[in-house]
Amino acid sequence: MKKLSKTTKSNLITYGIVVVAYLVCEILMRTGHMSSLMKGILVPLCIYAILAVSLNLTVGILGELSLGHAGFMCVGAFTGAVFSKCTVEMIAVPGLRFLLALLVGIVCAGICGILIGIPVLRLRGDYLAIVTLAFGEIIKNLVNAIYFGMDKNGLHFSMKDSIALGLEPDGVIIIKGAQGITGTPTDSNFTIGVILLLITLIIVINLVHSRTGRAIMAIRDNRIAAESIGINITKYKILAFSVSAALAGAAGVLYAHNLSTLTALPKNFGYNMSIMILVFVVLGGIGSIRGSMIAAVILTLLPELLRALNEYRMLIYAVVLIAIMIFTWSPKGIALRERYSLAKLLKRREKEVQ
Amino acid sequence: MKKLLSLAMAATLAFSVVACGGTDNTQNNDNAAPEASEDAGSTDAASDAATEGDVSSSYNGVLKVGGIGPTTGGAAVYGKAVMNAANLAVEEINAAGGVNGMELQFQFEDDEHDAEKSVNAYNTLKDWGMQMLMGTVTSTPCTAVVNESAKDNMFHLTPSGSAVESIAQPNAFRVCFSDPNQGAASAQYIGENGIATKVAVIYDSSDVYSSGIYEKFAAESANQGIEIVAQGAFTADNKTDFSQQLQAAKDAGAELVFLPIYYTEASVILKQAAGMNYEPIFFGCDGLDGLLAVEGFDTSLAEGVMLLTPFAADAEDEKTKNFVAAYQAAYGEIPNQFAADAYDAMYIIKAAAEQAGITADMSVSDMCEGMKTAMTQITVDGLTGEGITWDAEGEPSKSPKAVKITDGVYTAM
Repeated sequence: MKKLSKTTKSNLITYGIVVVAYLVCEILMRTGHMSSLMKGILVPLCIYAILAVSLNLTVGILGELSLGHAGFMCVGAFTGAVFSKCTVEMIAVPGLRFLLALLVGIVCAGICGILIGIPVLRLRGDYLAIVTLAFGEIIKNLVNAIYFGMDKNGLHFSMKDSIALGLEPDGVIIIKGAQGITGTPTDSNFTIGVILLLITLIIVINLVHSRTGRAIMAIRDNRIAAESIGINITKYKILAFSVSAALAGAAGVLYAHNLSTLTALPKNFGYNMSIMILVFVVLGGIGSIRGSMIAAVILTLLPELLRALNEYRMLIYAVVLIAIMIFTWSPKGIALRERYSLAKLLKRREKEVQ
Repeated sequence: MKKLLSLAMAATLAFSVVACGGTDNTQNNDNAAPEASEDAGSTDAASDAATEGDVSSSYNGVLKVGGIGPTTGGAAVYGKAVMNAANLAVEEINAAGGVNGMELQFQFEDDEHDAEKSVNAYNTLKDWGMQMLMGTVTSTPCTAVVNESAKDNMFHLTPSGSAVESIAQPNAFRVCFSDPNQGAASAQYIGENGIATKVAVIYDSSDVYSSGIYEKFAAESANQGIEIVAQGAFTADNKTDFSQQLQAAKDAGAELVFLPIYYTEASVILKQAAGMNYEPIFFGCDGLDGLLAVEGFDTSLAEGVMLLTPFAADAEDEKTKNFVAAYQAAYGEIPNQFAADAYDAMYIIKAAAEQAGITADMSVSDMCEGMKTAMTQITVDGLTGEGITWDAEGEPSKSPKAVKITDGVYTAM
């Protein structure tokens, strides 16, 4: 057998983790050993994993700080949900409808990423963080002000209130301002979520290990050196950033089709959510795709598993955050990890056997 | 240092093990619950006797009711009020012999006022073995949960989820008024009592509750001969200065300013109106309940404010007095309208369950079918209304009470 390179092996482990986790969950679900809580949280786990992996592309690989990832997710969620609601009677096959909604959401979020990237990524420094922070808040407030309806005359749009739409009696209001979208078909399920997560991983991992990926990392490590060897800095930066935004849009579409109600609250599409995703990335290890995926899963599961502790669970959550931070980032933690790492233990055993 | 680190790691591990253990237990309960109830609840009763002493052995099975609402985060006030009041009602009902001889058990889960977390809380309660749901406290999470409970055909009664969509499914009912109903009722009240014909509205366009009431108010006021001369919207991000909206209302000559908003913003509006010598009639909905308790607010400014509310804590009737006294004794604060809704909700569940002849060994779906029919047959006298009845849609029919603030207290009109 041909020996696999170290990166290929590592990538295969990443895919393997997802596939094995999927199979285990499916088996548990089929045999009825899974609690309702776990069944309900599987799709959100996929959503947060996709968000963390996609943000890692901006933060870890491109080396720019983005504080508006939830904004791109919001764009994807609302455009996807609007599409699904408009076509719920036209396209009867849920799978096809979801696929098209997914494309719409991805394209819209990606376009927003490009629009933000063109002016901002030309600059040096922390401007991307500032602009994306504002973008996230603007999108949230914008969505809260939109009234959008459909009747036999076509589509109606207003920024005032739902009376101003002037709908015919048979018309339906699709986005109702702050009340958001209700009655989105719940088309997403765990299998779709896992497939999307795998696609996200394939895109990000392949991008990172391609010629483009190396150019992006060269820009991160030394902008001047990269420029001097003829790398088009703005082009590669915008490329990485818009791919990251588009993938966040995909997560948003998944989010919108998981629950039947969609509102843009500070809690789910605001600044806090962007920071939350950033926390997944930082704690999972900046630049480590597999790490951010695992961190997203653990940190989403934890508050739910700690429900028995009532109000103390947030306290414990904070303690766990600090513990993970020490484990992944402090020099002592890294030394400890190296000493007791799984690979080393295995090697030592091999030596003993010999 | 290294020792300390490994200690911390060990502690984290231990926590996660405990957490996993916790879920395993609930899982077992989930599997065991149907079997137990097939044995006419004898095993259930036995296990309860072990945990809660000898009292429960006199009950004929257990009825598990779950509750969902925010007990952390910005809307925690509402969730906590509902949780406390529901616990109070459950204690009273159990002390009086339970529901149909069954012991009522109540468990409340936090949802942080988030739709996704709310569905998680619902699933956690299902693992606990919930048979009926008394929740969700806030509207948007309720809309998400109602779809899940409809899939399981579980009886769902929300104390305070007031958006129309919150009870869109046939298994769901509510205790409070819906937002549109409040808007329509306000317009009717103003129109029928001839309080004013020129009205200005200041509302929060980023808030579901506020915009929901406003839209229906605007539609109904046309029928009542009320003219809306000015409307000023604000959003959650700019709610500190209302002088512009007030000036517009003043210039348009509005005799009455309708405030379908919460009390925090209303207190600012009242203060600024007084500052610019503008003295119209202020009229609000149940969100204004709590106005007099705002810290640092000069209550003389609220003099003459009218509001439509189903519950006022200083009402003089026997029921309200007893409830307020018991709530204050148990939790040390004056109950708000959410608490009253939840207290009523528990008694409504009791009344409907007794009407439907619910027994502990029925399946969740059978219970729901029985409760659905019973809900349309019962009449409940509660804290939030006399002779409340329900239609098959789940909307309550009760008359709103209008109160006016005079001499710093709510007085019925």
